[in-house]
Amino acid sequence: MTLTETGSPAAVPAGTPPLLEVDNLHVEFRTREGVAKAVNGVSYAINAGETLAVLGESGSGKSVTAQAIMGILDTPPGFVTKGSIRYQGDDLLQMPEGVRRTYRGEHLAMIFQDALSSLNPVFSVGYQIAEMFRVHRGMSRSDGMKKALELMELVNIPAARERVKDYPHQFSGGMRQRIMIAMAIALDPEVLIADEPTTALDVTVQAQIMALLKELQRERDMGLILITHDLGVVADVADKIAVMYAGRIVERAPVYDIYARPAHPYTEGLLASIPRVDMKGQELFAIKGIPPSLMRIPPGCPFNPRCGYARDICREQDPPNYPVGDAHDSACHFWEEVVDGTRR
Amino acid sequence: MGRYALRRLLQMIPVLLGSTFLIYVMVWALPGDPFAGRCGQRPCTDAYIAAQTAKFNLDDPLIVRYFKYLGNLLQGDLGQTFAGQNVSDLVARAYPTTLKLALVALTIEAVVGLGAGVLAGLRRGGYFDNFVLVSTLFVISLPVFVIGFMLQYGLGIRWGVFPVTVSAGAPFADLILPGLVLGSLSLAYVARLMRSSLAENIRADYIRTAIAKGLPRRRVVGVHAVRNSLIPVITFIGADFGTLMGGAIITEGIFNINGVGGLVYRSIRLREGATVIAVVTLLVLVFLLMNLIVDLLYAVLDPRIRYE
Ligand SMILES: Nc1ncnc2c1ncn2[C@@H]1O[C@H](COP(=O)(O)OP(=O)(O)O)[C@@H](O)[C@H]1O
Ligand code: SF4
Ligand SMILES: [Mg+2]
Repeated sequence: MTLTETGSPAAVPAGTPPLLEVDNLHVEFRTREGVAKAVNGVSYAINAGETLAVLGESGSGKSVTAQAIMGILDTPPGFVTKGSIRYQGDDLLQMPEGVRRTYRGEHLAMIFQDALSSLNPVFSVGYQIAEMFRVHRGMSRSDGMKKALELMELVNIPAARERVKDYPHQFSGGMRQRIMIAMAIALDPEVLIADEPTTALDVTVQAQIMALLKELQRERDMGLILITHDLGVVADVADKIAVMYAGRIVERAPVYDIYARPAHPYTEGLLASIPRVDMKGQELFAIKGIPPSLMRIPPGCPFNPRCGYARDICREQDPPNYPVGDAHDSACHFWEEVVDGTRR
Repeated sequence: MGRYALRRLLQMIPVLLGSTFLIYVMVWALPGDPFAGRCGQRPCTDAYIAAQTAKFNLDDPLIVRYFKYLGNLLQGDLGQTFAGQNVSDLVARAYPTTLKLALVALTIEAVVGLGAGVLAGLRRGGYFDNFVLVSTLFVISLPVFVIGFMLQYGLGIRWGVFPVTVSAGAPFADLILPGLVLGSLSLAYVARLMRSSLAENIRADYIRTAIAKGLPRRRVVGVHAVRNSLIPVITFIGADFGTLMGGAIITEGIFNINGVGGLVYRSIRLREGATVIAVVTLLVLVFLLMNLIVDLLYAVLDPRIRYE
């Protein structure tokens, strides 16, 4: 099998594996209180230049999936028990750690929600960015610092030259996230995972960070996995969406499809809970109930205790992925009803 | 930071003055005749008593005496013993030895303690971790002189790895065993402190970032985790130096070392006020200086701390 190093989706010849493909991934946390099944058969794929938004309530396994991709799971207690994660066709999970490490930063990179705690407080931001070049490219400290400065300018840090030796706590939240981004894209990775990159920021700063991510992605033709629980930001940036619930993907769809015809009751609930200008003053519709404990996921469809469409079969049979449309599927026995309901 | 250091240095002056005063009062205000038993079996002659009374201003009120002493002190005169020896000579002989001993202890404490702490903290619950926990608990609960005699017997007499006592001039090689004894308690604390500090930091978000950057594990641990974990430990080690010097008395006794401990012990027994004050004040000074160094070091290690 020959792998192409570069190329936008259009240039990929037929039969070429996706840039990154997660297949039937299972992750569990073995803790003293019991085994938490955090990820239960997640599959998604992404190509160069594409943005996949991963949505879902807090605790649905979005971050754990990303950590498994990066190979930064907390092990123990976290273990991948099943599945594969293929980068350009090669299963990362089968690689020895020494080889896999070289993929991190070089091909796969990740930024986190809390940039302050994610940066080391005792090293200057320049040092931390330069480290990428020193470790992966064997550059000298001073060459690394030059590269760090270039990157800080690239992500629009004002007065970067004066600030390259400053420490993380001396920057604002938005600037810190820019530094995280600079560090992540330092080696021009093919895949960037952004785990709720704007959740901790002010609204105006959120938009700037999203714009920066989007711009960098376009320039560098990166595959972007954007984890969020905010359906609002998704519409502008994502090409496709995966909705997670209790460690599974309950619906996958191109972005226009998800708003036009959601095919899963959970997605429908999420959409109904987006604040809208025309509904100002009205109470938001929030999905009733709480997500199940990952140690005791109910049999059948995990969403059934909270689902308005639920019937007996939902408590007995785990719904498979029903194809709804082009690149659109839903794990709901009654997806047709859901689609019809929104048409009305 | 320079201004901060200066301010701290100035703050030491009242502390030092206060401590000399306290020690002075304690030494000279002790009840009892300062000449009892000083001249062997016979009572001291009147001439001797008159001479010593004049030398130490014993007829003046305590406060006047103190200021006269202080005046001499400020001119660099530490005074004399009853027998006429210069206190500065005694101090100059004893301090370097104890300083060396404390340095050896500090080095052992830092190297062994940090090493054990890192290895234990990386694999909490492992064999080595359990070994460290049990052995440090052992060291912490045993009195120093027990550890001292045990090591002296085992390593010195039984197996002959180290000399049993320290020869004149106290060469470094001779001080390893006493240093180990002196530093043992702190070593146990350093190991435990480093262990818990590392175990906590290794779970920090920035460690996850370091791994996600594709750094090799030894760099993740050795640079990112250890650097942060050192902050509280270095602080402890620095502050401990003064304690080591003051606490050397038992160790010096066991290994027959002519240091500050022996000097202060003898001086208290012979009621050599001038010597006691000089030795103790110097210990206070070392303590204060080390504390300042630790505070400045703290700001160097942790950029989030800034003094002005
Ligand atoms: N380090 C951990 N130890 C134990 N359980 C964990 C750990 N990290 C995640 N989990 C479990 O995985 C679940 C999913 O977490 P996560 O993927 O972070 O959710 P989110 O979708 O909000 O990102 C959590 O609810 C928790 O039960
Ligand atoms: S399968 Fe049943 S319970 Fe699950 S989402 Fe569909 S209707 Fe609701
Ligand atoms: Mg998360």
